[in-house]
Amino acid sequence: MERRFKINDIDVKARAGEHLLDVARRYGFEIPSLCHHEALPPIGACRICLVEVAWGGRRELCTSCNFEVIEGMQVTTDTPAVQHHRAMNLELLLARAPGSARLRELAAQYGVRRTRFGPPATSPLPNCILCELCVRACEQLGNHALTMVGRGDKKRIGLAFNSPSEQCTGCASCASVCPTECIPVKDTAAGRTIWGQTHPLVLCKVCGAPVMTERQRAKAIAKKGLPEEYYDFCESCKQSTASKRFASIVW
Amino acid sequence: MSAPPVDIGRVDRVLARHPAGVQGELINVLHDLQAELRYLPRQALERAASHLGVPEAHLFGVATFYEGFHLEPRGEHICTVCMGTACHVRGAPRLVEQAERDLGIRAGQTTPDMRLTLETVNCVGACALGPLVIFDGKYHGNMTPDRLGRLIGKLAKKGSE
Repeated sequence: MERRFKINDIDVKARAGEHLLDVARRYGFEIPSLCHHEALPPIGACRICLVEVAWGGRRELCTSCNFEVIEGMQVTTDTPAVQHHRAMNLELLLARAPGSARLRELAAQYGVRRTRFGPPATSPLPNCILCELCVRACEQLGNHALTMVGRGDKKRIGLAFNSPSEQCTGCASCASVCPTECIPVKDTAAGRTIWGQTHPLVLCKVCGAPVMTERQRAKAIAKKGLPEEYYDFCESCKQSTASKRFASIVW
Repeated sequence: MSAPPVDIGRVDRVLARHPAGVQGELINVLHDLQAELRYLPRQALERAASHLGVPEAHLFGVATFYEGFHLEPRGEHICTVCMGTACHVRGAPRLVEQAERDLGIRAGQTTPDMRLTLETVNCVGACALGPLVIFDGKYHGNMTPDRLGRLIGKLAKKGSE
């Protein structure tokens, strides 16, 4: 089923059930967001993707990331109300994550250069805005190591029982999707350290570059059924070996 | 002080009352486990997660979200002092001070002998009775530091007999 509606007075089409933010971006409209990832279910946590939506005689501010498109609605992405509330939300987020360059830059675009609010009293993970993107990524990958712990002013991201997790493979997807880059991850000779655990790394048998963690490899082998050697080489070495073999056959 | 050992048999008997692999049973399971064990020890949560087919992280998230679930061992008796506005202005902070002095613990803690847990709560809705103390589920209205001291003292005497 197709849905037709307008964004900033321009006619657009979408499939029923699509989310507004995805459609708007496909058409090239700029809507900022922090907690959205196209591969993960949206939850409307950061509230930066606010837009004004009018349909059936009502008009309201909605988070576009988790708003399903409606036939005939009129969307405005940049009204004074949208600007005002985005600025307010950015100022609140800035209090939690003053160290995030991306957030500071975005806030500055809305005229927010400092925040009137104090930092959270307790924050085991500085600069975390609790958008749950890391939790959703971990869940989607089937690891389920991360969760939101507690609630209210004590809410935070953590592992089950606040202790080392067998589910965590050290893939660091949580760190790579984090909009404020607040999850510390460190690769050394001993392995990759993340969430208080150090995961031994598999090194490429040709060039010695880290390929993945041993747990990631074990999980991939169990899931994909590919031979163990498949994971012994880094992508570029795998490619060059394959192309050499191909060349030897062709020439 | 280390937590007392968990009787896994008791945990499994509780779990057996709930269908395996049904995620919707999660809260019910937590309630029943806590009713049985007075708190939710880690081993119980781990077994519950595998019984329900739910990730441990998810279960932990739910258990820590609700104030009603306790992940630390609690005492045999629970003394809850209401700190709502009405109770507060009628002297609830003095009640907490009295109890903390008598028991040698802070609000939110349990005595080392696991006899009593002292808690505060923000309002129980019985403002007309304030200041209010709930002792093992029984409401004691118009509480005074003296009476609270006697209430706690009675418990100590019972314990030494």
